[in-house]
Amino acid sequence: MVKINNKKLAKFLGFKAIRLLILLIVIAAISFIMIQLSPIDPVKAYLGQRIVSQEQLAIMGEYWGTNLSLGERVMGWLQTLASGSMGFSLIYRVPVTEVIMQKFTASFTLMIVSWIISAVVGFGLGVIAGAKEGTWIDKAIKTYCYILQSTPTFWIGLVFLMVFSVYLGWFPIGLSVPIGQLSDTVTFWQWLYRLILPAITLSIVGIASLTMYTRDKLISVKKSDYFLFAQARGESFWGIIKNHGIRNILLPAITIQFLSFNELFGGTILVEQVFAYPGIGQATVAAGLRSDVPLLLGIVIISAIFVFMGNLIADLIYKYVDPRLRGDDDE
Amino acid sequence: MSEMPWYNRGLFSSLNLRQKTLLTIAITGLVLAIIFICGYMIDANLPTNFAIKMKPPSFEHPFGTDWMGRDMFIRTLKGLSLSIMIGLAASIISSIIATILAFVASVNKYCDSFISWLIDLFASVPHILLIMMISIGLGKGAFGVMMAVAFTHWVNLTRVLRAEVLQINTSEYVALSKRFGKNKLWIAKEHILPLVLSQIFVGTLLVFPHAIMHESSVTFLGFGLSPHEPAIGIILSESMSYLAMGAWWLAFFPGAALLIVVLLFDIIGDNLKRLVDPSQAND
Repeated sequence: MVKINNKKLAKFLGFKAIRLLILLIVIAAISFIMIQLSPIDPVKAYLGQRIVSQEQLAIMGEYWGTNLSLGERVMGWLQTLASGSMGFSLIYRVPVTEVIMQKFTASFTLMIVSWIISAVVGFGLGVIAGAKEGTWIDKAIKTYCYILQSTPTFWIGLVFLMVFSVYLGWFPIGLSVPIGQLSDTVTFWQWLYRLILPAITLSIVGIASLTMYTRDKLISVKKSDYFLFAQARGESFWGIIKNHGIRNILLPAITIQFLSFNELFGGTILVEQVFAYPGIGQATVAAGLRSDVPLLLGIVIISAIFVFMGNLIADLIYKYVDPRLRGDDDE
Repeated sequence: MSEMPWYNRGLFSSLNLRQKTLLTIAITGLVLAIIFICGYMIDANLPTNFAIKMKPPSFEHPFGTDWMGRDMFIRTLKGLSLSIMIGLAASIISSIIATILAFVASVNKYCDSFISWLIDLFASVPHILLIMMISIGLGKGAFGVMMAVAFTHWVNLTRVLRAEVLQINTSEYVALSKRFGKNKLWIAKEHILPLVLSQIFVGTLLVFPHAIMHESSVTFLGFGLSPHEPAIGIILSESMSYLAMGAWWLAFFPGAALLIVVLLFDIIGDNLKRLVDPSQAND
């Protein structure tokens, strides 16, 4: 039974909360400065090639807030932050929190599904490669990982689209909802059907690093004395791998997987763009291209919290779940 | 079965491992140099010829042609050399940043914790998002992307160098140097820099694949190079509109070419690491 020192845990979480707060303030400040520095005129970026009169331009400028001073903009944004809406999205015309909630839930399912796929497949391949070290299976898996690590995610997505959607015609080309249907009338199976291809593409990002990590860990376990002793007792090979190998490497592997939230979020942006999946990634690209400052700031903050949560869980596993690492500070 | 090591079998069996590593580096480097120079020399302003638009790959046009009848092979080559150039500049800048930060971290305890905090900060926002923000901040285009990629890829190298500098700083000859009255700058220049120089060099090469991939990703999303430049990211995002029509060659070959370039740089980086750091050579 895992015995957790409550006082210690509270102190740890409090410390982490302060860290997160400082982190968010600095990130928000840097993002704000970056956007303000930008030589790109948001009004022009929004209008594109359209020709408008001077008065209309002034109205647009007011809507976008380009006529305000830097101080006024910072104050305005902080006020909306305090009221909990994080401002008004300029391109979706609803409060930012609403946009993020809606888009993030769509992306979250995509990320979780692919995260689980990559964990299972990556760990499985790693165990096989490590157990069969030096054989052709190991070499094949190693080569596969090596190539995957050098492949741009969005290109894998494009290739999948070409093979499975265009050539074989198994999956639709894009969108999470069939054309001509409202998003809340979609059945579960329709939704799942459209999730398969993006989820597989996104999961590929995480497989390579997890596989290589698991493989290296298992190989070091195989060199250990207890492994040799288990072999001397005459246990079956896969039995030893199961009882001594997987038990030892499962927790570090899960930790690594939680630390991959950063790449997962980045991958989502690309995958959503390729598959036209209407989630947080598409919102990010739209906000960036059309200078929707409040939305972009909101997304940056949400992504930082998301990545921070992954790291926090990894830390917690590291500190409190793994009995070997709990050590002496857990009196 | 004879116990011959793997590197003494097959072709080139007269060479030892070190020579083979050097040979691999030389060949890979040559291929990359050829790609880069060819792409650099080629005039990218291809004539549009609508008579041969959307042609699948043939002997005349090995990568096919696009919707304006432009040869995709030449566009891909040009795009690759553009990517290599931006990647090179970005990785050099990022290793300069990493080196400076690693040395700043070694000054005192406060500097060290500041640098650690900075590393945490940059690692806590998704890279792509950060690159997008910096690229917007500097105004898109080649310069913006280069800087954005450079300012996001120093993190890993800084971690490695910081640990290395810390270790050298505790060595006896550094302590001796201090007793002799040498100042910190002198020690950094004469004792530490020569020892970490090879690591900086290898680190730069290992950043390269990531730099190229991130550059093309950001360009693909529309935050990078401007649409009239034939960057790989631009070519791929253009090809998306023609995928449904079955024009697979527009997306397949440029992406595959990019993959090969990234792999080649990876191979060079790994082999150089083995040469520089023989303790890991048997992995």
